[in-house]
Amino acid sequence: MDAAAQSTQAVSGVVAAAAAAAPRVFKLAVSALGGQGGGVLTQWLLQAAESSGFIAQSTSVPGVAQRTGATLYYLEFFPRSAAEAAGAEPVLALMPNPGDVDLVVASELMEAGRAIQRGLVTRDRTTLVASTHRVYTIGEKSAMGDGLADSETVMQVARASARRMVALDMEALARANQSVISSVILGALAGSGALPFSAESCEQAIRASGRALNRNLAAFEAGKARAAALAAADAAGKSEPTLAKAEPPDAFDPVPAPENPRARALMERIASEFPGACANMLGIGARRLVDYHNHAYAGRYLDRLRPILNLDSAARHYALLTETARGLALWMSYEDTARVAALKTRGSRFARVGAEAQAQQGQVMRIVDYLAPRVEEICGSLPAWLGAPLLKWKFTRRLLSAFTGGKKIATDRVWGYLLMRAMARTRIWRLSTLRHREEDARIRAWLATLAEVAPGDYELAVELAACQQLVKGYGETFERGLSRYQAIAGALAALRKQRNPAAAARELRAAALADEQGKAFDAALARLCDNPPAENTRNPSGPAQAASG
Amino acid sequence: MAERSFAREVELLRLGAGEEFRGEGILAVTKALLQSGVAYVAGYQGAPVSHLMDVLADASDILDELGVRFESSASEATAAATLAASINYPLRGAVTWKSTVGTNVASDALGNLASAGVKGGALIILGEDYGEGSSIMQERTHAFAMKSQLWLLDPRPRLDRIVAAVQQGFELSEASNTPVMLMLRIRACHLHGRFIASDNRRPPFTASDALNAPMRDASRIILPPYTYAQEQEKTRQRWPNAVRFIQERKLNEFIDAPESELGIALQGGLCNGVLRALERLGLADGFGSSRLPLYVLNATYPLVEEEFARFAAGKRAMLIVEEGQPEHIEQAANQFLRRAGLNTQVLGKGPLPMAGEYTGAVLQEGIRAFVEEHAPRLLKPLPVSEQPLLPASQLAPAVPGRPSGLCTGCPERPLFSSLKLLQKEIGPVHVSADIGCHSFASLEPFNLGASILGYGLGSAAASALHDGGGGKRPVSIMGDGGFWHNGLTSGISNAVFNGHDGVTIIVDNGYAAATGGQWVPSSKADAPRRTARLSIADAVRGVGVRWVRSLNTYDMKGALKVLREAMSTREKGPKVIVAQGECQLNRQRRIRPLLNRMRKAGKRVTRKHYGVDADTCTGDHSCIRLSGCPSLTVKANPDPLRRAPVAAVNYDCVGCGVCGEVAHAAVLCPSFYHAELVDNPGLLERFAQRLRRRLIGWMQRRSQRKRSLAW
Repeated sequence: MDAAAQSTQAVSGVVAAAAAAAPRVFKLAVSALGGQGGGVLTQWLLQAAESSGFIAQSTSVPGVAQRTGATLYYLEFFPRSAAEAAGAEPVLALMPNPGDVDLVVASELMEAGRAIQRGLVTRDRTTLVASTHRVYTIGEKSAMGDGLADSETVMQVARASARRMVALDMEALARANQSVISSVILGALAGSGALPFSAESCEQAIRASGRALNRNLAAFEAGKARAAALAAADAAGKSEPTLAKAEPPDAFDPVPAPENPRARALMERIASEFPGACANMLGIGARRLVDYHNHAYAGRYLDRLRPILNLDSAARHYALLTETARGLALWMSYEDTARVAALKTRGSRFARVGAEAQAQQGQVMRIVDYLAPRVEEICGSLPAWLGAPLLKWKFTRRLLSAFTGGKKIATDRVWGYLLMRAMARTRIWRLSTLRHREEDARIRAWLATLAEVAPGDYELAVELAACQQLVKGYGETFERGLSRYQAIAGALAALRKQRNPAAAARELRAAALADEQGKAFDAALARLCDNPPAENTRNPSGPAQAASG
Repeated sequence: MAERSFAREVELLRLGAGEEFRGEGILAVTKALLQSGVAYVAGYQGAPVSHLMDVLADASDILDELGVRFESSASEATAAATLAASINYPLRGAVTWKSTVGTNVASDALGNLASAGVKGGALIILGEDYGEGSSIMQERTHAFAMKSQLWLLDPRPRLDRIVAAVQQGFELSEASNTPVMLMLRIRACHLHGRFIASDNRRPPFTASDALNAPMRDASRIILPPYTYAQEQEKTRQRWPNAVRFIQERKLNEFIDAPESELGIALQGGLCNGVLRALERLGLADGFGSSRLPLYVLNATYPLVEEEFARFAAGKRAMLIVEEGQPEHIEQAANQFLRRAGLNTQVLGKGPLPMAGEYTGAVLQEGIRAFVEEHAPRLLKPLPVSEQPLLPASQLAPAVPGRPSGLCTGCPERPLFSSLKLLQKEIGPVHVSADIGCHSFASLEPFNLGASILGYGLGSAAASALHDGGGGKRPVSIMGDGGFWHNGLTSGISNAVFNGHDGVTIIVDNGYAAATGGQWVPSSKADAPRRTARLSIADAVRGVGVRWVRSLNTYDMKGALKVLREAMSTREKGPKVIVAQGECQLNRQRRIRPLLNRMRKAGKRVTRKHYGVDADTCTGDHSCIRLSGCPSLTVKANPDPLRRAPVAAVNYDCVGCGVCGEVAHAAVLCPSFYHAELVDNPGLLERFAQRLRRRLIGWMQRRSQRKRSLAW
């Protein structure tokens, strides 16, 4: 399409010059998602156009392809008076031509990108009115790590491609007014000043349709006001469309100053023993572990980081220490039953659930948690002397399996709450549990590997530290992540033989998150080790020994 | 009761002579039918003519007033067979479906109808689903016209032209005793435009007239020797009559222009696109006055040899703009000009691509290439317009694809999640998919389904995959729409008859959901004018299936049990599972107003909202890969130590519970919860809540204090 668009911009002809003075067809494309109310929006626009003396035509491609997918509505307007003066009907097209659209509306940021890809947004004439919010695609959502598309690039290209861009979070405005995004879009169009008819005629179209009038009109007004403000700022040359931030914060909130003397001692240790550049990360870690277990446990966290500090330096911006501190805090606060139960029973959590469910103040509510313990979790939360044999013997496993499976617990009912609190209390014997013994061994092995690798290949050590992020989740997810982490650790010898071991490790880590079945990972590992992939992954226990050995 | 109601718009069908109609193309076609004195209408839904069926269903009052019979046919074959009424009687009848898939289904009846010929006008309105947004294989309807000698109209995409084509279609049909197909591209069906209406006409001859004075003409029977005579009649009388009608009534348009050495012959349906392309190239103005002569084929079959010769005479070259392949019109044009001894060069596929939709950009490039080759002086270079500061190519990696998928709360999602989990247990199985919403299971995140062979053919398509009952069984999917369309016979009774061992899952969601929520025979609703509530399980048992189970798709544990049993039972013969769960889109439309009324009336109403605890979610997204619900999405991780976004349920959640079920059935994680909110609770309930809040709140505050004291 791009090539076609450019070639037509390069050549044109005789009639165009003559026709340039004649009134032109106004072309509007709506790039939207199925289910966003694009049909209703189109009806409003038609009504507004027709009542303002335009011949209006619209087309769309509804049908099954529209269910939740990307779709396009296309409208053309021509002044009725001009047609009457010419004594002829204007030719109106049924689909937008690249480079020949006056106004493009995108009801979501990536759909703005799609319209640009289709060549519909051009610098010489197109006003782009876009919502900055994101509706993530299934591909982005189902990534095993962070698969989100790069919104910033789309914003930059959009700004660079359009003659004028009016960007606002339409979804937020719709929500604030308890309305739908189509009302906000119409408002934004009216406010942008890019339509060939008045804002009043748009408002009139909403009124004529009659449904959910007050909310729709409020959303319309909100969109209009925001777009008008943006357009005014734009005219004054000081507008910078803002992006609805989806990325995690890069700078962390500082850890609050402790009041507990033992917590203060931890923070003082961090200040005196560790470089200031890492203080905040270590503070977050220490506070997490105090909350997770106790001060002594957080102290152990700092103890474990000391040897890593000795391997690091300011010249390297303490990359290894930072990455290890992050991973170690997560690993030491592994999500055991006690932890999950503690988090689920907090007052702040109840409040958050109420907010997410849009509960009214004091509304009668029931919170039901979905837990699915396996024999492994049950045995894991028992003291190791008890848990290990119970897990090993077949008949005890079968006995315990009576307590496994999907459980729904009403955490905000008295019994449910007490049950969860009781589970949370099992943290008093946490350090003696089977799970703790396992995790502790893994942590030691990981730290030992880092300490062993860092002096010879600092970059590789940083990558191995980052591999901790593969170990996450529960049940099978946890085991899958762990086995991939262990396979990477087990492939250390092969990694070291590479020309760039750090890059190879990074590649492996990316492959580990590429697909659930592990095809990409197996292939990457096989390339690396020149071994049949089956030996390296599937069996979690095999490479585990290799890693801890 | 369809997804979209046309109750308001159908009032437009009452417009009288001289009044301006402003509305959608499909509605205009309906109005044109009524203006033409149609006696009966039938059809089968499917984009882009679903709305035509919906309009007719909503217009029953008007149809009754005019004495017009309307049927939602069981299939396109039924609809086509309905036209048999026009063989013996002067009844005007119209049928509609999605082409080419519907035409494939109908072609048995159509072939015989075309052979017998018609007395009353028979019009077949085809929603041509080709190009962008299409959900079917890419084929042309043109070939059907050629093989059966049905005439094909492809009018300009303007409402006045489409309306005129309906009237002309009936007349052409009667003048040539041949059924006529009226082809409307998807955008033309959904085109909003205007035309000047005329009065509706009652059919002059009615079904009662026919039934009271039955007629029979042996020569219309499809048996030898009549069929031989019918073939002769087709070529000797009906074809020439049709050509004469097309010429005399000037169905095709000749647009003269100064550059008479070149010309463009085009399908009427592409006319606006071609004129816009010419305008962009500076070769036409905005009112369609072109510098190149145009020959607009509003009737694309039969082609008029004499007209082609007339248009080509004196031209060096002509371009044929013909969408789709093979290039039937271009081939015919070459033959015509050869016979006429003309040397005009015929170009079509060459400057224009052989396959794919003729979008504005494609047309513009093709016409430019044609003009550049034969009259480059007509093209003048223009200054290159301002280039973007950043090329759009930068977007390629940034803009992710957005395929269609199952809706929020869809009952089919847990079914496919269960099927995925089943495969985790027993290894991969062969899945034969079908047409319907469930087709989306073949996309992310389910990736299920090895083939799609046609509507209702999911089970039939697994016929050869039968190993005598030794190994793993194939799983076929079928929708309730496809089941009633033909799956009961083509799939189920065939499987019984041939002793298949496979498993067929019939998705019983209560509607023809993919086409917009039309009713099917097993719909649970009380359908006015229709007999519904037929039982799929009874029908299946009726054709001899012994192993039949029903399951509730939302109960994944139960569903998995049934699936496991189906895959392992020793019972011989086909295994049929009726997977029940009401289409959520239609369910919400049904219950939302109901619940709002109850809420307002002060009755106790509960609402569920599902959620994910961000502080226990670790950002692996297994839940999304297993469910794929649009309302199960991701958000920034609030944990500064973690990088991957966490799962989150957005405000669109309808509380179907699938995410929680998936978390349980797949033993995923403890992060899912649901909050059940009560509107208008009872006194006791409120009291208990207050008591609980006080007690639990006290405990929570205590432990909160302890926690904050630790830091």
